[in-house]
Amino acid sequence: TLMADFSVFCVLLSGVSLFIYSPPPHLIFSQTITGHAYPEFVKIVEVGPRDGLQNEKEIVPTGVKIQLIDMLSGTGLSVIEATSFVSSKWVPQMADHTDVLRGIQKASNVQYPVLTPNLQGFQDAVAAGATEVAVFGSASETFSKKNINCSVDESMLRFEEVINAAKKRQIPVRGYVSCALGCPHEGHIEPSKVAEVAKRLYEMGCYEISLGDTIGIGTPGSMLKMLQRVMKDVPINALAVHCHDTYGQALPNILTALQMGVSVVDSAVAGLGGCPYAQGSSGNVSTEDVLYMLHGMGIETGVNIAKVIEAGSFICSALSRKTNSKVAQARSTACCDASL
Amino acid sequence: MATVMKLVHRNALTSLMGQHCLSFSSAAAHRAAGVRAAQAFPGKVKIVEVGPRDGLQNEKTLVPTEAKIKLINMLSESGLSVIEATSFVSPKWVPQMADQVEVMKGISRKPGVTYQVLTPNLQGFQAAVKAGAPEVAIFGAASELFSKKNINCSVDESLQRFDEVMKAAKEAGVPVRGYVSCVIGCPYEGKVAPEKVAHVAKRLYSMGCYEISLGDTIGVGTPGSMTKMLEAVIKEVPVSALAVHCHDTYGQALANILVALQMGISVVDSSVAGLGGCPYAQGASGNVSTEDVVYMLHGLGIQTGVDLSKLMDAGAFICQTLNRKTSSKVAQAACKL
Repeated sequence: TLMADFSVFCVLLSGVSLFIYSPPPHLIFSQTITGHAYPEFVKIVEVGPRDGLQNEKEIVPTGVKIQLIDMLSGTGLSVIEATSFVSSKWVPQMADHTDVLRGIQKASNVQYPVLTPNLQGFQDAVAAGATEVAVFGSASETFSKKNINCSVDESMLRFEEVINAAKKRQIPVRGYVSCALGCPHEGHIEPSKVAEVAKRLYEMGCYEISLGDTIGIGTPGSMLKMLQRVMKDVPINALAVHCHDTYGQALPNILTALQMGVSVVDSAVAGLGGCPYAQGSSGNVSTEDVLYMLHGMGIETGVNIAKVIEAGSFICSALSRKTNSKVAQARSTACCDASL
Repeated sequence: MATVMKLVHRNALTSLMGQHCLSFSSAAAHRAAGVRAAQAFPGKVKIVEVGPRDGLQNEKTLVPTEAKIKLINMLSESGLSVIEATSFVSPKWVPQMADQVEVMKGISRKPGVTYQVLTPNLQGFQAAVKAGAPEVAIFGAASELFSKKNINCSVDESLQRFDEVMKAAKEAGVPVRGYVSCVIGCPYEGKVAPEKVAHVAKRLYSMGCYEISLGDTIGVGTPGSMTKMLEAVIKEVPVSALAVHCHDTYGQALANILVALQMGISVVDSSVAGLGGCPYAQGASGNVSTEDVVYMLHGLGIQTGVDLSKLMDAGAFICQTLNRKTSSKVAQAACKL
């Protein structure tokens, strides 16, 4: 594959006379004095419009969703999870999935993955113009049964149908593993179970596996152990972390993941989406807060934080709620912006 | 080389790399990173609880003396070994701390717990000793402008003032803790040079402070700036004499504490329920919550001696008294799950 990359570079840059191969940015590590290496580039997967809004109580008008996604498209984000092709009976917030996907202005350098829990959802997504989809597995049997009414194995069979159909159309599929650091019903989840589910999704054909701390219960200790185990079965550059901030641990957990070599991080603008298992508590980590940390560490993301703050401000206004992002809060009230 | 890379769309690159892309050396590097990350932490961390002083000082509501005493007593029972009880500063400047003597005399001193108090000058020190304070603290700033605006003198002048306190403390056999504020950024000066922080920390340490707490006063630090600052300070002050006092104004506190621990720091300041907002960003948070810090440390297998549920009880009590919601995410979540 090194040779494959090399030849692609040659094709793409045929006009360039001088040519030097260098490893992809996300595999370049900078050493720090503490002995930890960090990726030079981190890809942010923005899940606000789907995961975020899905967990907000107020039903957001289609026009507002479209405007949010369009604003996010202008921030430099390269992946924005737009909607979910799940039955509107189960998730009324996502009932307008087709209108949203058709209504957004798709930026040329942005991917708009959509959730497709089954073949029906996949077909509807494709009909609506989806070019990337996502499937959600769980590391917890009980969570799987309570959330999607079937065992983990049964869900894998469903996803296999989706992935096979996606392969035929050359549509990339992203896999999610929920409850990677704990389950609201089962409590502790064995890292080996997370690895098992991640491996299955990866081997079935998902190009990336996002490991989700669904109830935000993880700490750098459990994150480390889980990643060490999963990395044995799935290449690190195919892994992403999806940390919830319910216990305030999201940023140190993400930092730990970066130290382990993970270079893809899921987050939600304004920290949209509370925790359905701890009412009133926070859920998704805020994209703004993640960006602040990454940029402060000299890690590139390609994202303009000020524009994300604007998008966050817009959606919070529309939802009549305060932002969950500490960076957005501080920036809006700081008497003097000494932030770096 | 970087320019070549940026011309290629990153997503295309990722899918091109496909599923077999890790070279052997990269995989080995990741395994090594995992090992390093796992071995990086101290076995024990001392928490310095600053809620009753730094926390309450930055709360608008004036808290009755009995409530302060009850808070400190509850904190004493939670396993904390150091509690910043009050401040011997003029009540004219800090009305919240006007009951400093009653608080010191009213608390039940638990054996094994150190009750530290702030003493901005010799007069404050003498009043503190008279009220029975076993340990005191002095505050320096790494920013000239902050020093002038906060205590109306330059950094050097403030250190000279503290010389008097240090002498008196040595004579009385009272340990002194030193604080350096604005170690990453200053609300007036902006970025603060790590060398300046190291200079002030070294001065305080040479003067006789047994521990220097490095404070990110406006919470602007990230693991990047935190690392650079600590590298500079560790050259001048032994890491075992250093503590970090991180503010959570930009949500970075726990990540900053994590890197500090990885650099060998084993003393962390925090405030129960995240008491004390940021005076420089109204409505924004200030101190990091002790509950959230303890949750992270215990999750890492690091001992603190603190009973998290008793700590949360103390937090619940003070929030009820102040009629405000806790700033601790652990406290918010734990009672709901």
